[in-house]
Amino acid sequence: MTERVPAVEWFRPTPEPVLLGRRGRRTGTYFFPPTDAAGRNPAAPDEELDEVVLSRRGRIWSWTTNHYPAPPPFPARDPFRPYTVVAVELAAERLVVLGLLADGVDPGTLRVGAEVELDVGVLDRTGDREELVWTWRPVTAAGEGGT
Amino acid sequence: MSSDDVVVAGVGMHPWGKWGRPFVTYGLIAARAALADAGLEWRDVQLVVGGETVRNGYPGYVAGATFAQALGWQGAPVASVYAACASGAAALGVARAHLLAGLVDVALVVGADTTPKGFLAPSPGERGDDSDWLRFRLLGATNPTYFALYARRRMACWGATPHDFALVKAKNSRHGVHNPHARYRREITPEEVAASPVVAEPLRLLDICATSDGAAAVVLTSGSFAAARGIAPTVRVAAVSTVTPTFPNPVIEMPNFATDSAVGADGTPVPFRDAIARAAYDEAGLGPEDLSVAEVYDLSTALELDWYEHLGLCEPGGAERLLHDGATALGGRIPVNPSGGLACFGEAVPAQALAQVCELTWQLRGTAGARQVEGARVGLAVNQGLFGHGSCVILRR
Repeated sequence: MTERVPAVEWFRPTPEPVLLGRRGRRTGTYFFPPTDAAGRNPAAPDEELDEVVLSRRGRIWSWTTNHYPAPPPFPARDPFRPYTVVAVELAAERLVVLGLLADGVDPGTLRVGAEVELDVGVLDRTGDREELVWTWRPVTAAGEGGT
Repeated sequence: MSSDDVVVAGVGMHPWGKWGRPFVTYGLIAARAALADAGLEWRDVQLVVGGETVRNGYPGYVAGATFAQALGWQGAPVASVYAACASGAAALGVARAHLLAGLVDVALVVGADTTPKGFLAPSPGERGDDSDWLRFRLLGATNPTYFALYARRRMACWGATPHDFALVKAKNSRHGVHNPHARYRREITPEEVAASPVVAEPLRLLDICATSDGAAAVVLTSGSFAAARGIAPTVRVAAVSTVTPTFPNPVIEMPNFATDSAVGADGTPVPFRDAIARAAYDEAGLGPEDLSVAEVYDLSTALELDWYEHLGLCEPGGAERLLHDGATALGGRIPVNPSGGLACFGEAVPAQALAQVCELTWQLRGTAGARQVEGARVGLAVNQGLFGHGSCVILRR
């Protein structure tokens, strides 16, 4: 049986995929990824931080399709296929976060400002182990994120 | 004492290319050229500041001491500065601070690099707490990925086209033809850009700067030393900005894979690139209307257009028109990258900001030959280093 593990602890693939962040109690500022020792808003260096789940939907700020393989540590894909990186603006958090485009989506359909939703992709496979990463999938006309 | 009292006494470069020699050799040649240009001896130098590159996690590899040893130990203190692509300006800032403090009268600033082929990549090893490692591991987000995100955004917000981007390359290539230090000295047509392979849509190979070997060096002196030694104080340092961003920076920047959150911010967030230039203008007491010439960091063709706006050369969204009007070409109102820019040089990271200063110095002296901007009096050089390093230098006659 295949073991499926998230590539980083602040991405939770199940029951529905979410990115974990932190939020300052005093300023309301969000911090992502949640790996810093303290809040980074200089207006409140000592504020307490709570673990939060970031919005699962956002709008495309920009995107690009890469036509050359990235160097390690990005997992090599054999055969190489162009891969797309999407920058997504989260309205409530007022931040932009990058992510790979979900499998099977034609990047030719992407538009700046279009709505996308968090999904799960396989970053790397070794033996019976799959490493999972967050991806962005366009929200369909029916308003659902797809598969 | 005003900052105008720091004099650019000499500049020198080793040509950019892929020469396959050690960076120390390039730095030595550039340093000797700058000293000769200043009419000074190596033994006159009282401080050496080296711009560092970082390879395999070992920053000491390129250091002020390396150059001081290569020139022949003469006891001068050294400093070594790492600020990624902004290293040269940061090194210049350290040298200038020593001069302004009256600690030294002559400082030599050197940046040199030998670059590997292909994408710049993070050091080996697993580092789950390092955003530079994570952006490659999780996303394959190379540097051109970021350049392409900005370019696409420019297309969506302002209606820019890949042809506009190609025109930037064509302009800079026309400038670089006349530069003996440039690596690429051939005029490139927009059609050639359009026919080059796609790297990261919408950018093609000829939209994106290469990585090069090269070196640049600058000799700074105090005004009093220049007067005593008969060095003409033609070119003076009016400002050096090495600012970091202010929180929250609303633009996605290498090597981060998320921006700061603007929730809870005081006022409107200021994009980092605007702040870099603003700090330099404030120090110099000058504005964009005072500039005769600018060297800007065209890591990509599209990014040069962004910089026009960050520098205040035009209003947001006005860069394409400025380009089409010929304002930023030689002979225009505000020529940008008369050296040919990164489009003709490729990037030699710790040397690049100093190479910009070399070009401005020649422009302000009126010795830039076929690249000369007529009557140049004020020049600005700007760039940005990975990890939040600002770099902006203003020189004046």
